[in-house]
Amino acid sequence: MTYDLVVVGGGPAGVAGALTAVRAGLRVALVDSGARLGGQYFRHCAVPGAVPGAVPGAVPGAVPGLGRFLRQARALGERADVLLRHQVWSAAREPDATLAVHGVTPSPEGERPVVLRTRRLLIATGAYDRPLPFPGWDLPGVLTAGGAQALLKGSGVVAGRRVVVSGTGPFLLPAACGLAGAGARVLGVYEAGGALGLARRPLLALDKAGEAARYAVDLARHRVPYRTRQAVVAAHGEREVEAVTVARLDKGWNIIATRVVECDTVAAGYGFVPQIELGTQLGCGTRHDVDGSQVLTVDTGQRTTVPGVWAAGEPTGVGGWRLSELEGRVAGLAVVADSRALHAGPATGTAPREGAARAVPGVLVRRRVRWRRFGEALQRAYPVKPGWQGWLRDDTLVCRCEEVPLARVREAQDLGATDARSIKLLARPGMGWCQGRVCGYALSCLAGEPPQPPRRPIAQPVTLGALSESGEASAGVTVDGTGGARADDPPSHPNPPTRRNS
Amino acid sequence: MTFPITVDGRSVPVVPGQTIGAALHAAGVRSWRSTRFGGRPRGLFCGIGVCFDCLVSVNGRAPERACLLEAAPGDEVTTS
Ligand SMILES: Cc1cc2nc3c(=O)[nH]c(=O)nc-3n(C[C@H](O)[C@H](O)[C@H](O)COP(=O)(O)OP(=O)(O)OC[C@H]3O[C@@H](n4cnc5c(N)ncnc54)[C@H](O)[C@@H]3O)c2cc1C
Ligand code: FES
Repeated sequence: MTYDLVVVGGGPAGVAGALTAVRAGLRVALVDSGARLGGQYFRHCAVPGAVPGAVPGAVPGAVPGLGRFLRQARALGERADVLLRHQVWSAAREPDATLAVHGVTPSPEGERPVVLRTRRLLIATGAYDRPLPFPGWDLPGVLTAGGAQALLKGSGVVAGRRVVVSGTGPFLLPAACGLAGAGARVLGVYEAGGALGLARRPLLALDKAGEAARYAVDLARHRVPYRTRQAVVAAHGEREVEAVTVARLDKGWNIIATRVVECDTVAAGYGFVPQIELGTQLGCGTRHDVDGSQVLTVDTGQRTTVPGVWAAGEPTGVGGWRLSELEGRVAGLAVVADSRALHAGPATGTAPREGAARAVPGVLVRRRVRWRRFGEALQRAYPVKPGWQGWLRDDTLVCRCEEVPLARVREAQDLGATDARSIKLLARPGMGWCQGRVCGYALSCLAGEPPQPPRRPIAQPVTLGALSESGEASAGVTVDGTGGARADDPPSHPNPPTRRNS
Repeated sequence: MTFPITVDGRSVPVVPGQTIGAALHAAGVRSWRSTRFGGRPRGLFCGIGVCFDCLVSVNGRAPERACLLEAAPGDEVTTS
C-alpha cells in the first residue's frame, strides 16, 4: 500500500499537517518515536494529575492549547494510521519515484523494522536543546532546560529540589516557571544575554509582551530572581552536582566575577538545534538561520527543494509552537493541492506548483511570514557570544560520548585541523552515540566556522539486526566514516566497540 | 496509583506512563551508568532521546535509552 502522505513527527506541526490532509480525504500515516502525540510543547503525562508531590490544583505541565491539541490528536487517530513508538532512521527515493520511510519499533525480540511507502513526505521532526559545554556539565543533575521540561511534562517528575536555570533565550522562562510551579526551589534564572534583548525590539514588545509579562509575574510570585549577563560557568560535585559557579559576564560573555551557589540540579540551554537529517538524506536544500542553525529551505507552501518532500515547524527554523502548528497546516493544504493537481491530470493545465500556491490562503501565508520574522527577531535578541569558550578548562569534555576534552580538540588544531570535520577525524569528538548532536554546535564554534548541514546517513541509530532485516533498506545506508555514522554499531551497547568505521 | 519496578533489587514506585529514566530520577537514582574511558557517572541529560547518556539495561536486554522507555510493572533495571 502506498500512502498519499507520511508525516514524521507528532508535535504541533506534524499533527496539524496530518489532520489537514486526512480531512481532505488523503491516506495519511503519522510516525512519532514517543508514546503519545504532543511533541515537545504538548508533551503530557499518561495519567493527568496522578503525580506524587504535585502542587494541589496545579497539573504539572498543563499548557495553553493542550485540550484542543488532544481533541485534534483523537480526530487524527480515527482517520489516519498513527504509529507511535516508531523511530524513523531514513527516507529514500525508490526507483518507482515513491518514497520509502524506514523506521524501527521496539518489540520483545528487540527492534523490529518497519517500512512505509508514500507519495509525499512531511518532515516535522522538531528540534533538540543546544547545550554549551562548561566544566562539570557532564555531572548527573546537570540537564538541558528542555530535558527538565520534558521530565516534568511527560512524567510529572520535578528535576530537582534546588534548581538553577541558565543559558540564553526566551525558553528559560517557561522552563523556570514550570519547575517553580511544580514545587522546585528555583534559585535563579541566569540569562547570559543582555537585559534589553526583548524590550529593544518593538515587534517583540507588540507580539509577546503579554506572554513575557505572565512569566515575569510567575517568577516574582515564586521569588525567583532573573539575572541577565550571568550564567553557570562550572558545575561541581563528586558523583552528582552539588554546587555551581555563577559568573557575571561582559557583553562578549567573558567572566567578570564569580560566586558559588549550592544546588542539586542545573537546567541549561542555549537555544535549539533543528532536526533536519531526513531532509539532508533526501538532498533537500538547507540554509543558515539567524541563530546559525542549519534549517531546510522551504517555499510559501512549505515545500523543500526536493519534489514530494515538505517540511514544517522547527526543521525550517525555530519560532515557537504556534508557528510550528501554522506551518503544519500550510504544508497540509499544499499537500492536498498537490494531490488534487495530480488526480486532475495535466489536462487542467495547472502546474502543481501554481495550484498549490493558490491552495494556501493569503492570510495564512502572511501570518506565517509575520510569525517567522518574530522568531528571527527572537533569535537575534539572544545570540550566543564567543566568550563561553573561555569558561572551558583543558580537561573540560567537549564531546560527552567519546569523552574528548578541550585539550584534545586544541591538539588536533595544532596538528593542522582547521575545520570541525578534520578535528573530528583527528580527535573524534562527535563520533559517538549521539552522532555529534550534543557537541556539534560547540565544536563548530571552537573551530571558528558556522555549523554545517548534518552528514549523518541515519537519522536515528538503529541496531545492525534491524538494518539487515529491513533488507533493501540497507542499500540506502552508506557509512562515510566522517559524519559520525555508527550504522554498524548497535546503538544500545554499553561499551561501544572501539572499532571505527573510517 | 503506582506500581513497583526494581533497580538493582531495590523497589522504586512508578506512576503509569512514566519513563524508566523519570522513575529513577524521581527516586533519587540520578546516575546508572559509567563512561567507558573515564568511568564517569551518567544519568539523564537531554531527556528526549538525543544524547544517549541515559542507557540502561532492563530485564537483561541490551541497553536502551531510559528517557524514552516507559516503565512496565515488574521491570528489573540493572545499573553498572
Ligand atoms: C526538550 C524540549 C522541550 C521543550 N519544551 C517546550 C515548552 O515547554 N514550551 C515551549 O513553548 N516550547 C518548548 N520547546 C520548544 C518546542 O520544541 C516548540 O515550541 C514546539 O514543540 C515545536 O513544535 P514542532 O511540531 O515543530 O516540533 P516538536 O514538538 O519537537 O515535535 C517533533 C516530534 O517529532 C518526533 N521525531 C523527531 N525525529 C523523529 C524520528 N526520526 N522518528 C520519529 N519521530 C521523530 C519527536 O519525538 C517529536 O515528538 C521544547 C523543546 C525541546 C527540545
Ligand atoms: S537523556 Fe539523552 S538520550 Fe536519554
